[in-house]
Amino acid sequence: MASRFDIRRQTGFTTIAMICFFALYLPIVTLVVYAFNAGSSIAIWEGVSLRWFYQAWNNDQVVDASIRSLQIASVAATIATIVATMAALATTRTKPYPGLGFKYAFINQPLMVPEIVTAVALLIFFSRIKIWTGYSGLGYLMAAHTAFCIPFAYLPIRARLENMDLSLEIAAADLYATPWKAFRRVTFPLLWPGILAGLMLAFVISLDDVVITEFVKSGGQDTLPTYMLGQFRRVITPEINAISTVFLLISILIVTVFFFISRKKDQE
Amino acid sequence: MASAEEVAKEAERRDIRDRWLLSAPALIIIFLAATGPLLIVVIYSFLTPGPYGDVVWKFSTDGWLSVLMQRDIFDDTLAFADAHLSIFWRSVKLSFLTTIFTLLFGFPTAYFIATRPARQRNIWLFLITIPFWTNLLIRTFAIQEVIRNEGIVNTVLIKLGIISQPIQMMFTDFALMVGMTYVYLPLMVLPLYASMEKIDFRLVEAGYDLYANRFQVLRRVIIPLVKPGIIAGSILVFIPALGAYVTPRVLGGTKNMMLGNLIELQFGQGRNWPLGSALSISLMAIVMVALLLYVRSVGRRGGAHG
Repeated sequence: MASRFDIRRQTGFTTIAMICFFALYLPIVTLVVYAFNAGSSIAIWEGVSLRWFYQAWNNDQVVDASIRSLQIASVAATIATIVATMAALATTRTKPYPGLGFKYAFINQPLMVPEIVTAVALLIFFSRIKIWTGYSGLGYLMAAHTAFCIPFAYLPIRARLENMDLSLEIAAADLYATPWKAFRRVTFPLLWPGILAGLMLAFVISLDDVVITEFVKSGGQDTLPTYMLGQFRRVITPEINAISTVFLLISILIVTVFFFISRKKDQE
Repeated sequence: MASAEEVAKEAERRDIRDRWLLSAPALIIIFLAATGPLLIVVIYSFLTPGPYGDVVWKFSTDGWLSVLMQRDIFDDTLAFADAHLSIFWRSVKLSFLTTIFTLLFGFPTAYFIATRPARQRNIWLFLITIPFWTNLLIRTFAIQEVIRNEGIVNTVLIKLGIISQPIQMMFTDFALMVGMTYVYLPLMVLPLYASMEKIDFRLVEAGYDLYANRFQVLRRVIIPLVKPGIIAGSILVFIPALGAYVTPRVLGGTKNMMLGNLIELQFGQGRNWPLGSALSISLMAIVMVALLLYVRSVGRRGGAHG
């Protein structure tokens, strides 16, 4: 008796896939496990404890860097999402007009250039402005983050808009709604899942950034990732694991919500 | 009285103007904090380095010259800058190898996900999405804990009696290879999956009906069908790998620099901003060539890509 021949099967592919999933998660799981180590080594296990979480919580540098990260990410993600929504409304649901291709290319430009090049460019540009204006606050980091968050916020919003036709807005206009009222009462509620997805993507991207922040920041403006990068040069204790674990948890939470918002959209 | 045609034209003109106004804030922010400064880098690459970093506003081509050449300090003759050339070569080589390895591991993984029943697919996809969006620094740190001298790999091998001394993996090209393959794998799997999802398996069936074996079906049917995904994934891995900064800094140390670290060096201890600028533009030029090749290969296939 011949077993059923599965045309989809390729020899060894499942094994390789399993190895990949294992290899992807083994380092992350190890990292999380050692965050709970009672000893001060990230290799020798000495029992379960929460001491490194307490230590991180009481480390002023860590707390300051975390607050700074959240401040920058909130401002950058909010502004990026607002301007990306406007740009998405301006570049969808229309016949091609002069400059449309230019706008696409320009908005996606930060994705095309290696981060290190943008970082260097901003270092040069902002160091000039710092000399001219004397201002050296968080504004530079917020501006830089906003710029590279825009394409990430733009993508899901544009994708959502392209699946919406104009008939409801036209109906609203026929019923004497002003353009603003039509946007607020019709377009916005329909577009909301896309905007939310864009906002979360932008937030995660800003929170994760290392390279641009490392180059643009002034003294004492470490964000959580640049603080961690600085720590790698010293003796590493599980405190870094504890910080990473919390960071990881926040990212996974946001990604999970994002994943299900965008999946649901596909199924509609 | 304006004719109906003129009224329509006027409305269209107004619509286009409104659309420019609406997109203006995004375009202005990107110009001020991303695209515009790139132009300044071009100018800086033609200036003279200042004594404490920054530049002196005096035209010079030394920055560009030192990308590939170095001036002998004694007799002022020019020679190839071996250190820079070897870093260029290492960056291109490691990025290329990373692309190959992520493809070798990513292809079967994406195929595995794409051939699961629809309900299961989301779960596997989700497992790829999580590392995709978690901090690159944390993932680099995680892989470091695995391959360092006191890490899991060495500890297990010693416990099993296979080796007596830990294998030095950190600060080698091997560590960079493993680290980059690890952090960039999700970037390869997602576009591959996107084009595999669309495979029409009736074509595969037809292949078997014509007496092809599994390998022939893979090579002659499946791979040509997912070629756009292979190209997209390769670009998505190759470009960030070429400009990698965090992974070589954490895993490679000072001896195994890549282009990103060489550029940073010029803005830090090297105090040679014009050279750093010239190197940045060179890096961007390589990336642009890669992107152009990508656009051309996509264009030839009638714009269909996954």
